[in-house]
Amino acid sequence: MRTEIFLTIIGMALVTYLPRMIPLVVLHRLPLPGAVYRWLGYVPVAVMAALLGPALAMPQGELQLTWTNKFILAALPTFLLAVKTRSLVATVIAGILAAALLNICL
Amino acid sequence: MPPDETTLAAPGVTAAHEFFSGVREAVPIVLGYLPIGFAYGIIAAKTGLSTLETVLMSVLVYAGASQFIAAGLIAAGAGCGTIVATTFLVNLRHLLMSAALFPWLRGLRTPTRAGLAFELTDETFALATTVFQKRAATAPFLAGLQLTAQFTWVLSSLAGALSGSLLTSVNRFGLDFALPAMFIALLVLQLRSRVHLAAAGIAAVCSLLFAQLIPGNWNVILAAVIAATAGMFLEGGSKNRAD
Repeated sequence: MRTEIFLTIIGMALVTYLPRMIPLVVLHRLPLPGAVYRWLGYVPVAVMAALLGPALAMPQGELQLTWTNKFILAALPTFLLAVKTRSLVATVIAGILAAALLNICL
Repeated sequence: MPPDETTLAAPGVTAAHEFFSGVREAVPIVLGYLPIGFAYGIIAAKTGLSTLETVLMSVLVYAGASQFIAAGLIAAGAGCGTIVATTFLVNLRHLLMSAALFPWLRGLRTPTRAGLAFELTDETFALATTVFQKRAATAPFLAGLQLTAQFTWVLSSLAGALSGSLLTSVNRFGLDFALPAMFIALLVLQLRSRVHLAAAGIAAVCSLLFAQLIPGNWNVILAAVIAATAGMFLEGGSKNRAD
């Protein structure tokens, strides 16, 4: 293994681990007011929507709000099924099938 | 909402049982990681990384987007400093997830929390915070979930690196939609109130807007902070009206 690449990977590992670890470790030492807990309660839903918006509307990295965007089309039945079944595995499989079907049809 | 007291497994539930329960819950992530890890392995091998280097990055860094970016930067001849700085910016959003996971894990010992933090990803975070609405947040459960996810990632990177470019058209089979589909399901499961729905809408719109305006991955963390803050204030507002 080349030294430069090895050092790059070690550096990447370090700067990736620190933001993952620091809040989980240091928040223990801080008394958090109730408002902070209420705020943190909305973080999961906010993070998921913040990841999902660009994933669907910018599948190639550029905004594509048209009916030729297969991810937006596939998202419609996927959302519907998620609401109806509330099943994670069923939704993922249906989403994959919808995307595959769109790839064949379009 | 996270429980006020430390959640411990019910009596009689063994650590092994909890661990395998976590392994089973990881199935949607496995489906999503297989094609992406495979694609990463192919791309990393194409940019000239050895199989060992490709896999080592999946073991030690374990962060999808930044591994693709690093492979691209290495191909472009970027130096160590540039790649590490870019990785740092791309992965800063985990600060928020680590903090949001804390209320569930605060009963665990500090070394356990530090260890579990290593395998925190967008996907394990989303899945764990959804599952923790219904079950106790134990260390073996989360370890089983996260180890399965990373095992899939490492193994599929290895398969990609070894295959070269034998199978580059996984997207034709709709597999590139596996992770968006999982996030759709998890998002729907987390929409417990109108305020949650509003927060999700604000986050999605802000994230899209910031993605057009700001380079890098800042859109996720900025949009999430704004939306969670809005959610907190909206919750206060709707409670006052109810009184």
